[in-house]
Amino acid sequence: MRHLLSCADLDLTSATAILDLAEEMQQVQSRPVKKLPALRGRTIVNIFFEDSTRTRTSFEIAGKWLSADTINVSAKGSSVSKGESLRDTMLTLDAMGVDAFVIRHSSSGAAAQVASWVRAQVVNAGDGQHEHPTQALLDAYTMRQHFRRIGAEGFAGKRIAIVGDLLHSRVVRSNVLLQRILGGEVVLVAPPTLLPTGVESWGCEVSNSLDAVLDSCDIVMMLRVQRERMAGGFFPTEREYTETYGLTPERLAAMKPTAAICHPGPMNRGVEISSAAADAANSLVLEQVAAGVAIRMSVLYHLLGSDEGAMH
Amino acid sequence: MADPATNTPTPPFDSRVVADATEFARALTRMAHEILEANHGADNLILLGIPTRGVQLSQRLAALIADIEDTPVRQGELDITMYRDDLRANPTRNPGRTSIPGSIDDAVVVLVDDVLHSGRTIGAAFDALRDLGRPKAVRLAVLVDRGHRQLPIAADTVGRTIQAAADERVAVLVSELDGHDAITITRTVKEA
Repeated sequence: MRHLLSCADLDLTSATAILDLAEEMQQVQSRPVKKLPALRGRTIVNIFFEDSTRTRTSFEIAGKWLSADTINVSAKGSSVSKGESLRDTMLTLDAMGVDAFVIRHSSSGAAAQVASWVRAQVVNAGDGQHEHPTQALLDAYTMRQHFRRIGAEGFAGKRIAIVGDLLHSRVVRSNVLLQRILGGEVVLVAPPTLLPTGVESWGCEVSNSLDAVLDSCDIVMMLRVQRERMAGGFFPTEREYTETYGLTPERLAAMKPTAAICHPGPMNRGVEISSAAADAANSLVLEQVAAGVAIRMSVLYHLLGSDEGAMH
Repeated sequence: MADPATNTPTPPFDSRVVADATEFARALTRMAHEILEANHGADNLILLGIPTRGVQLSQRLAALIADIEDTPVRQGELDITMYRDDLRANPTRNPGRTSIPGSIDDAVVVLVDDVLHSGRTIGAAFDALRDLGRPKAVRLAVLVDRGHRQLPIAADTVGRTIQAAADERVAVLVSELDGHDAITITRTVKEA
């Protein structure tokens, strides 16, 4: 594999291989020496043009635990703030002999654009409202662990509700694409104003009512209301949003007994998710975070472990 | 070449069996006794099989040792894929499982593999062990030693020594994965 720009770059074999290796990588966390030599001598630049704590840190830890040299570049305080273009910034870093870029950018398609310019391999760590493939992979990983615990194998026949601000979410697109490969059935739930245009062509069930689908779903994934991307007018008040689309204690009680809750974070407690739901026994939120490093180790290994994906 | 999933050589090659299931079992039994003799018992022993077929051999040796000594022996698996020195040069490999039964600190670790050839796998295994702890000693048990070493590594316990030419492939088949136990030699015919 040369780049990971979209979940559409994966197929069942590669997606399963990434999830399986992540299971092995998770146990590295409990070792005395948290280090594997697989990416010794490789240089990975994490370049984040948008704020991020968990994604950037987990990519950095993942690279370090695989013995790669990882360097973080943030747009603030870099030559970007002096007016350098994205292309020039990336070509400059590329010329230093970087092996891979992990890039986050506020523009949809930025990662693919960068991949077309540089020699290095590129991992999309979130591009605008487009995709965030490693988040979808860690979501799938966490769901798979949950399904195993309740004695089920695989995603076939599982209903996964993705609820909330779908319009501004890159996580939803990656999850829809990945579940198309893995076989889960995605149900999209949002107010009409927060549905992306063209959603009817995604091949998923779409609903405007959380209450109508809640008791049939095996996973309820709540998405953050992205206030920073909302100029206004998407819903009347936050309170009304919570009433209609929030995972309140009442809705928590209405879920299937074996169902679990996911949230890619950061959570707005009291808005899209109540504290009762976020901290519930069937909440997988912290498990998702814990899976982040393992999934990213697995992705980096699959991209950089062999010279296959490199440009010669 | 062989299909890694089944370890079965792909035709048209002439393959011959150098040890059948009976000889295979005798060799393993002797190896179990030798490990116990060298270690003066099963105390403090950990057997670690190297995937793929080292794992089954290690499980069998552990069962034999437990039988002889009437006490269970710790057994696990050690995948060395990420420690290989040819990792980059080859297509991406999916690493196997590593599962270590407790701490290896101060234990006598017996690495178990099917065929000892260049010695590079065992070299990588030493690196992998170093990241897991500090055993009191590391020993090596292999079912087949076929020579052609590229590193100064020797086995402590060997089931069968086979003089195989460089272009011959020595394969260990185990019933768990291959349907029956055997050691085979296959001449790999070079394409003209």
